[in-house]
Amino acid sequence: MTLLHAINLTRDYATRAGLFSRLQSVRAVDGVSLTLTPGRTLGLVGESGCGKSTTGRLVLGLEPPSSGEVRFADAAMPKPGSKQWRQLRARMQMVFQDPLGALDRRMTVAQLVHEPLVIHGMAAGPERTLLVAAAMDAAGIGPDLAPRHPHELSGGQRQRAVIARALVTNPDLLVCDEPVSALDVSIQAQVINRLVDVQQERGIAMLFISHDLKLVRQISHEVAVMYLGRIVEQGAPDAIFTDPLHPYTKALVSAIPSITRRSTPRIVLDGDPPNPANRPSGCAFHPRCREAVASCRVDTPALRPTADGRSVACHLVPSVTVSEAA
Amino acid sequence: MAAMTKKIMPASVIVALCWLGLMLLVAIFADQLRPASITALDLRARLVPPVLMGGSINHLLGTDELGRDVFSRLIASVQISLMIAMGATLIATVFGTTMGFLAAHFRGWVEQFVLMLIDFQASMPFLIVALAVLAFFGNDLKLFICLMGLYGWERHARIARGLAIAANAQGYAAAIRQLGATPLRVYLLHVLPNIASTLIVSATLSFPEVVLLESGLSFLGLGVQPPMTSLGNMVGYGREYLTRAPWILIAPSVTIVLSTLCVSLVGDWLRDRLDPTLS
Repeated sequence: MTLLHAINLTRDYATRAGLFSRLQSVRAVDGVSLTLTPGRTLGLVGESGCGKSTTGRLVLGLEPPSSGEVRFADAAMPKPGSKQWRQLRARMQMVFQDPLGALDRRMTVAQLVHEPLVIHGMAAGPERTLLVAAAMDAAGIGPDLAPRHPHELSGGQRQRAVIARALVTNPDLLVCDEPVSALDVSIQAQVINRLVDVQQERGIAMLFISHDLKLVRQISHEVAVMYLGRIVEQGAPDAIFTDPLHPYTKALVSAIPSITRRSTPRIVLDGDPPNPANRPSGCAFHPRCREAVASCRVDTPALRPTADGRSVACHLVPSVTVSEAA
Repeated sequence: MAAMTKKIMPASVIVALCWLGLMLLVAIFADQLRPASITALDLRARLVPPVLMGGSINHLLGTDELGRDVFSRLIASVQISLMIAMGATLIATVFGTTMGFLAAHFRGWVEQFVLMLIDFQASMPFLIVALAVLAFFGNDLKLFICLMGLYGWERHARIARGLAIAANAQGYAAAIRQLGATPLRVYLLHVLPNIASTLIVSATLSFPEVVLLESGLSFLGLGVQPPMTSLGNMVGYGREYLTRAPWILIAPSVTIVLSTLCVSLVGDWLRDRLDPTLS
């Protein structure tokens, strides 16, 4: 049973490089397809600017895709800002990277958590108070923090307030965009554990966007690696992190810090990620790939299934046809 | 420790609030407070100095060149000037903020149109526009207040637009919209209270400017028309007697200076009080 289907999402932005240069189109997300299932977490990893957050926004319907389609509970995503779209917000929520920025600093924690119920006209009177208390409890904020303002809270408490606000309408889908990257490591663990517990309790489908590979491995049921707007490898976290197939994933995995002496040498990528406005021909990764062959410069590899049930977009990885894999 | 201690109002703000309260009372009860009619002439008692300068008790602040009681005229002037300044500032703030929010919300051609209006307003000397309008449509107090309301709206619009765009791009407004709130809710319940402190300061800056502009236009004979009187009007007519009877001009001038100063002081204090992070 799937909750959300994203089919071949593309998102273009128009930018201008200089005052007199022509408008050019930047493709932030290019042909991303993904599926979210209740109670399961899809981890989305990749370096800065690879389109992770844009994918998250497209999945939530916060902006319309340039092409492709998002289907939530077997219905097309309504137009952003429309009435149906607003009503749907109660079922899909987002947890932001910067909790202080995401909270109205003039409101107390209790008011902030109340707000979604008021917006959607859910529950009333004492029932509403109960829902708020339940959400705050689920996110791990004590009732003593209810009358505080966001600036009187610590970073972890603020993020928990954001999570409580996201949970109060009892959503089916949660998109977490780098929810703990602004917190220090000990607090990260607490917040993440809370999040995972609530997810399991309520059977929430989760898209977890992060650049922290260890964290993603720990909490995801499936991982997708993005490079320059495309998913280059997707599969079970253990398979991806122990035996990466795509050269980019190999480089990422080799960069995970380890306390034991590493068995494989670290792969250091040359250069910066390429400019999405000036995408390399063929496989976008080929200028930085040490295994690139002639065909990589010409043909863009498609995401194809491999023998162990993963999907990889690389010419060098042998693929199986769907019938063979099944 | 500092968060729990109740902030004590500074003495200057208390004085300012008292003065503004007094002005408000004077404006409301002007007809009852006035000892004489503002048009009552007393030609035998022309240019009588105020009590403290050796005048009679009949005319507390002296009389003008036609023997009219300056104190009575001052009270009537406060009423008219306060009405114009408050009405105009209110109109400018509401109109400017609305335009700014519209620009920030719709972007695209709506924003271009609003920006064009702003640039038009900012590039035209307002006095010229005011002269043209008053010359064409004649002078009427309601029209005059609305016209003064056009003064300074572009400043509020710019502030509201900039801050609303900043709030929309990242942060709380985007988060609230993502929760499913209607644009009206986002702008009125979240963006507006958050930028209110800046707008209030901007309004307290334009309040004195409107008083001065009204004085200027009245001085040119295009503002408040005799026999009605305003603070600027009194200053304008008193100018001719500056050497012989300075009290005609001093009384309204002091009132203008004190009132505008008090509005600024209160506005500054309000801004600090409205910010929950400054406690």
